[in-house]
Amino acid sequence: MSPNPVPVRQARASVDFGRPTLITRGPRWSLRLDVRTVVSCAVFLLLTLAAVVVTLAYGTYEIPLPDVVRALLGEGPAGTRTVVVEWRLPRALLAVLLGAALAVSGAIFQSVTRNPLGSPDIIGFSSGSYTGALVVMLLTGGGYYQVAAGSLAGGILTAFVVFVLAYRRGAAQGFRLIIVGIAISAMLGAFNTWLVLRADIEEAMLSAVWGAGSLNSLGYDQLRPVLALLALLIPPALACGPALRRLELGDDAAAALGTRTEAVRLVLVVLGVALIALVTAAAGPIAFIALAAPQIARRITRGSSVALLPSAVLGAFLLALADLAGQRLFAPVQLPVGIVTVSIGGLYLVWLLVREARRT
Amino acid sequence: MTTPSETPEKDRPSMTKTDARLRADGITIGYDRRTISRNLSVEIPDGSFTVIVGPNACGKSTLLRGLSKLLRPSTGQVILDGRAITSYKSKEVARRLGLLPQTSLAPDGITVADLIARGRHPHQKLIKQWSREDEEAVVRAMEETSVAELSGRPVDELSGGQRQRVWVAMVLAQETPLLLLDEPTTFLDIAHQIELLELFQRLNREGRTLVAVLHDLNQAARYGTHVIAMKDGAVVAEGPPADLITEELVEDVFALPCRVIEDPVSHSPLVIPLGSLGPV
Repeated sequence: MSPNPVPVRQARASVDFGRPTLITRGPRWSLRLDVRTVVSCAVFLLLTLAAVVVTLAYGTYEIPLPDVVRALLGEGPAGTRTVVVEWRLPRALLAVLLGAALAVSGAIFQSVTRNPLGSPDIIGFSSGSYTGALVVMLLTGGGYYQVAAGSLAGGILTAFVVFVLAYRRGAAQGFRLIIVGIAISAMLGAFNTWLVLRADIEEAMLSAVWGAGSLNSLGYDQLRPVLALLALLIPPALACGPALRRLELGDDAAAALGTRTEAVRLVLVVLGVALIALVTAAAGPIAFIALAAPQIARRITRGSSVALLPSAVLGAFLLALADLAGQRLFAPVQLPVGIVTVSIGGLYLVWLLVREARRT
Repeated sequence: MTTPSETPEKDRPSMTKTDARLRADGITIGYDRRTISRNLSVEIPDGSFTVIVGPNACGKSTLLRGLSKLLRPSTGQVILDGRAITSYKSKEVARRLGLLPQTSLAPDGITVADLIARGRHPHQKLIKQWSREDEEAVVRAMEETSVAELSGRPVDELSGGQRQRVWVAMVLAQETPLLLLDEPTTFLDIAHQIELLELFQRLNREGRTLVAVLHDLNQAARYGTHVIAMKDGAVVAEGPPADLITEELVEDVFALPCRVIEDPVSHSPLVIPLGSLGPV
């Protein structure tokens, strides 16, 4: 309703969006759904579920899939239930949740910087988290929660420094953010190496394992806080999705459509930093999910820009798959999931660069 | 929904001079520490097609940004429908006033209809994303700008003229009684410029109030119903184009010696620069 009605010409026709679109309307709500996006999300949710179930089945003891399902439903022998529900399930769920968190964080930063390289692991937040964790580990020899706190502090501090340095004329511009982030990231990388070098062998081993990004030995004690924090962070991030799409039209156009551009951007960046810091605190720096998931999701949905929900689903799938691969590929040797994502991500990046190069 | 007539007298600022829906009252406006306009007062006559002209960097776009709440004046205020524009929520401003910025970015591969539909945001809620009103407004906007047949095409495959019509359609889908257009015809060839100006003229005659920054004085004279001439951040003169556009004014504002004759087709003033031919 416009305050003063504009002369109205009657028109009643549906709009051709150039792609299959589903419109549903109720008395108080109306939605426009892109069919390809909905189907892609559904398919990848099922694939994620499949990856989780397979993860639950394999390990030191192999459990037949029907027994896994039975154990999940609270049936079957107690031993199997312990292995599936107590030991393996929290880790599998963490892979799904952390993957989604990484991808949402990546999608936020890629959209805000208008650049597929603007993901938080490229612009230094992961390196900063690692530095924070290393300092705590080497100085205090701290336990899981102290290291997590150090990583959180390191990530947030790095984000703050990167934003302050990239800030100019009222807005942190995307490209400056990436350049400053890469520079800070490289410096922190050097600092991290020095920290590890001056540590004694045991501490160095510990920090190297943490630095690879791993879900090994994570259980319900880690799952609960992650679940609680994600319940706080993910819904507001998804609610910012439409604002993100308006910001992509340029700040002036977004503001003219009634978006409080600076406020929305600040909220999004804070959520994005919080998400990546949470993941790094929980499992160490897991690279490439944040970078790759939004871009892969965008290509699968053939969307015009990175979208939060499809990215989240794809991130969950990728990390669940990577963790499965890390556990099974060279069994009984367990690869940290971070190593797997770097390898998959590297291949993806090469493919992406070749593809983009061929197109132009 | 407040219209000026419904606004209680006590809520109106004391300096109210007229009932124009949109005006600036002694605003000082600029970027960072650089002030562009000082103590600028401008009024957009209701129902007019107001054209702002002036040399580059004279503060035309800055004024539009100020009028549309994109830029906050350091002193003075912009009054929209009887109240300070800053007292409205951003979305409420966007339901009353639309702005076509000088530069906008179309996301890669976005289709025409998808882009135009984004103009509906001020009317949407989190769970009301595509009401019948939204759909009808988008269809109307596409018909008015003749882009209906491009509906499903990606915006980046279109020609410059088509693309600009799509952006205009997005602003029209916003269904605001006030429309601000920042250099809408720049980068278009002459035929597309005229096509767009005729569209604006029609929208104005159908009841919308339009404000456009234009570079071409002859187009301003032909299509505008009210012209505001600016120089160095200040309004030099304003009025109906037939009275306003004179040899003296053009010389004063643009430092361009010229002749002004009557346009044989539209009978509006026609500016002919003398250039190196010098005063005759």
